[in-house]
Amino acid sequence: MTEPAVKAPEVSEPTPPPGRSFASRFLEELTSPSPVLVTVLAIFTALVVGAVLIVFSDENVLSTWGYFFAAPGDALSASWNAITAAYGALLSGAVGSGSALSETIVAATPLMLAGLGVALGFRAGLFNIGAQGQLIAGGMVAGFVGFAIHGLPVFVHLPLALAAGFLGGAAWGFIPGILKATTGAHEVITTIMLNYVAINLSLYLLASSTFRRPGRIDPISKIVAVPSRLPHLAGQGYRLHAGIIVALLAAVAVAWLLGRSTWGFELRAAGANPAAALTAGIDIRRATVMAMVLSGALAGLAGAGQVLGVQFSLAPGFSGQLGFDAITVALLGRANPFGVVLAALLFGALRAGGLNMQASTSTPIDIVAVIQSLIVIFVAAPALVRAIYRIRGARRADTGAPVSKGWGG
Amino acid sequence: MKLELKGITKRFPGVVANDSIDLAVGEGEIHALLGENGAGKTTLMNVLYGLYHADEGEILIDDEPVRFASPADAIAAGIGMVHQHFMLVPVFTVAENAVLGIEPTRRAGLLDRARARSEVRQLSRRFGLLVDPDAMVEDLPVGVQQRVEIIKALLREARLLILDEPTAVLTPQETEDLFSIMRSLQKSGHSVLFITHKLKEVLPVADRITVLRNGRVVGSTVPDETSEQELASMMVGRSVLLRVPKEAASPGETVLEVDGLSVLDDRGHLAVDDLSLRVRAGEIVALAGVQGNGQTELVEALTGLVPPLAGSVTLAGRRLEHASPRSVLRSGVAHVPEDRIKDGLVASFSVAENLVLNTYDTAPFARGPVMDPDAVHSSATERAREFDIRAPSVDVEVSTLSGGNQQKVIIARELSRPIRLLIASQPTRGLDVGSIEYVHRRIVEARDQGDAVLIVSSELDEVMALADRILVMFRGRIVGERPGGADRDEIGLLMAGAQGEVAS
Repeated sequence: MTEPAVKAPEVSEPTPPPGRSFASRFLEELTSPSPVLVTVLAIFTALVVGAVLIVFSDENVLSTWGYFFAAPGDALSASWNAITAAYGALLSGAVGSGSALSETIVAATPLMLAGLGVALGFRAGLFNIGAQGQLIAGGMVAGFVGFAIHGLPVFVHLPLALAAGFLGGAAWGFIPGILKATTGAHEVITTIMLNYVAINLSLYLLASSTFRRPGRIDPISKIVAVPSRLPHLAGQGYRLHAGIIVALLAAVAVAWLLGRSTWGFELRAAGANPAAALTAGIDIRRATVMAMVLSGALAGLAGAGQVLGVQFSLAPGFSGQLGFDAITVALLGRANPFGVVLAALLFGALRAGGLNMQASTSTPIDIVAVIQSLIVIFVAAPALVRAIYRIRGARRADTGAPVSKGWGG
Repeated sequence: MKLELKGITKRFPGVVANDSIDLAVGEGEIHALLGENGAGKTTLMNVLYGLYHADEGEILIDDEPVRFASPADAIAAGIGMVHQHFMLVPVFTVAENAVLGIEPTRRAGLLDRARARSEVRQLSRRFGLLVDPDAMVEDLPVGVQQRVEIIKALLREARLLILDEPTAVLTPQETEDLFSIMRSLQKSGHSVLFITHKLKEVLPVADRITVLRNGRVVGSTVPDETSEQELASMMVGRSVLLRVPKEAASPGETVLEVDGLSVLDDRGHLAVDDLSLRVRAGEIVALAGVQGNGQTELVEALTGLVPPLAGSVTLAGRRLEHASPRSVLRSGVAHVPEDRIKDGLVASFSVAENLVLNTYDTAPFARGPVMDPDAVHSSATERAREFDIRAPSVDVEVSTLSGGNQQKVIIARELSRPIRLLIASQPTRGLDVGSIEYVHRRIVEARDQGDAVLIVSSELDEVMALADRILVMFRGRIVGERPGGADRDEIGLLMAGAQGEVAS
């Protein structure tokens, strides 16, 4: 069964096949095997750069660098102290106590759900930049069902409100999906535009009498009914709510869909090579629409979780930047459902820990945003990380680059 | 110039791509480097061109050892390379492409177009290249684009030209033209190193032939002392059949009927023009034609990928001209697409997944929406054995397989379902001799089992080897029909557009 040892066509012919779309090459890079080491090193590198920024953001430490040549020990120890204090606070705020863990999970939950949605889109070859809009749509609909209906028992009202969020996001994902399938409109453009529509539509609705809380003139909604709320998991003292269970179940469901169902097979084939999928008789339009619908639905569920589990009412900006952070979570998780779970927990920890860091040291939480972004940059540019740590490339790094040059002459 | 490679060894992690290779090319010699895909030809040329550095061995030019750190050094030493995939700017003219990087300038750094044009014209005249310096490259046929690459090399004063699989993209006529260009280069003292896996081409044009296999030189000979059969055996390492034996066909009832079919291409031009054909059970009909005469669009229409403008397609009594690709496949059509990488396989999927790419939702691979990975896996293992798919396991990505094994995956997939008609487009393009033999044998087997077979091929050899009946397609129409054993040259003429009546 085995080839002769010397035969290696993929090495001797390194030219990539022409005519492949950016999306499929990106997808291949994203889901390529053995990215764990690169991911870990990317996180490490980002923390190192973050440490430098911590030093720079502390005036007292900076002043010791001013007389570095007179007393280098001062500068080094002050820097070390600042870094360990900041990262120590970050760590203890993330995992150092029960409430820290609770905050980490609360922050991770929406990132997990929306991140799963974005990852699902990636696997179908779709760049769903619209998680933010879908999340808002889901949150708005879930919130409405939460406060507009009264008198239902919890086992009816909560599933109903969650389903409403799911459907709200699904509807917001359906629009770019059907536009792409029928007219070829690129989902990056349409989802970005629909983000604006969702943001401004939500502002309009919040100011309307349907949503606005009686007695308030600022645009804040009525409070959702208690039976529609996600129950606390660790008592009233902690914010930890049942949304994390929903998110983990969603991760399992997405993993099953992608890996074990015929529908996931179609979706992955359509994403990895639409031409071959079409030739094999797969309805790639349907796969596109379905992927966008489900991607939006997961983001909508994230929005519902925020409204029903954390905020209990709708206010402008209730979505924060969750929909955009979800894209970075999906990238860091390599579009793999369980990778997304880990990435969301990491980002949740950075978020919860960052707040603690800001409170107990003078380091601003913006450092956390920088670290998150750097992680993604390093993950998105694996060649860079490989170069920094001199790891041999999986296969292309050594042989591919020079061949594309042609006449160097 | 005289070139000598001595003991060149190039290792990649886990493989020795070139194993102490010796090669000598004399001044004014056309030297063919023959070998299967993966034999190490391209690696060796990249070493020679300064793209890779040999781990061992040396390169001598006119008996002087040289070291190439980059292609710039190789070019400076008089080596020119024409890659398999051209490196041309499509929206530039021939002259502009030719001087790109070594632009002749006038005062103040202005581009001297006149000089560029006249230099190109001179070279074109001297070597019989027939290239208009003012033509836009994107408007030129592939064969002419290749000559632009040759001009580029000659302008940089190359004395040794490396042609990497130059005939892979050419029509039979263009191939002939290339050979006469190679001979005129030879007359002016240029050396040519001609890389190929096509046996037929080396005998008439080469002065000397070196055969590579598994990274080693397995022999070097001259055309007068060898034969195609012998070269094939050297390449593959065992004796191969250049022509698969087959009995006379015993055609049964008509399976495929195409009547008055017209199809537009993606730019809206009529690519298939009122075409009719029949394929019967148990016969191989070869649709011969130079690439771009509507074959691609015809197959797309037959397989439901593109709706036809007019006409009908009937498979065993069932109308299919407006059926979806899926219902065409499910009604018993096997389709081996022309571009196997683009349309036939999902590169990042495993061999096993690719083997069920169009049956993944049917029993036994799925029950309702639930797929059964074990069934997929065990069936794949069986197919790999049955169709001799050489892979470490069926779970590896199909992209890691050689071209021949990738094609075996597609053929295994298509022939493992109940079918009545096999449509195979360019089924052996780019494959090595051993794989061609295998694919041809499978196609003949499908016929002998009573399937109707339609082969679309621009390779005359393939048409002649397989066809029970030959239809020649030219500009969207069938311009001639001949029986299987027809005269090769006549088919070639028909493919080039000579009218059927005139040719016969």
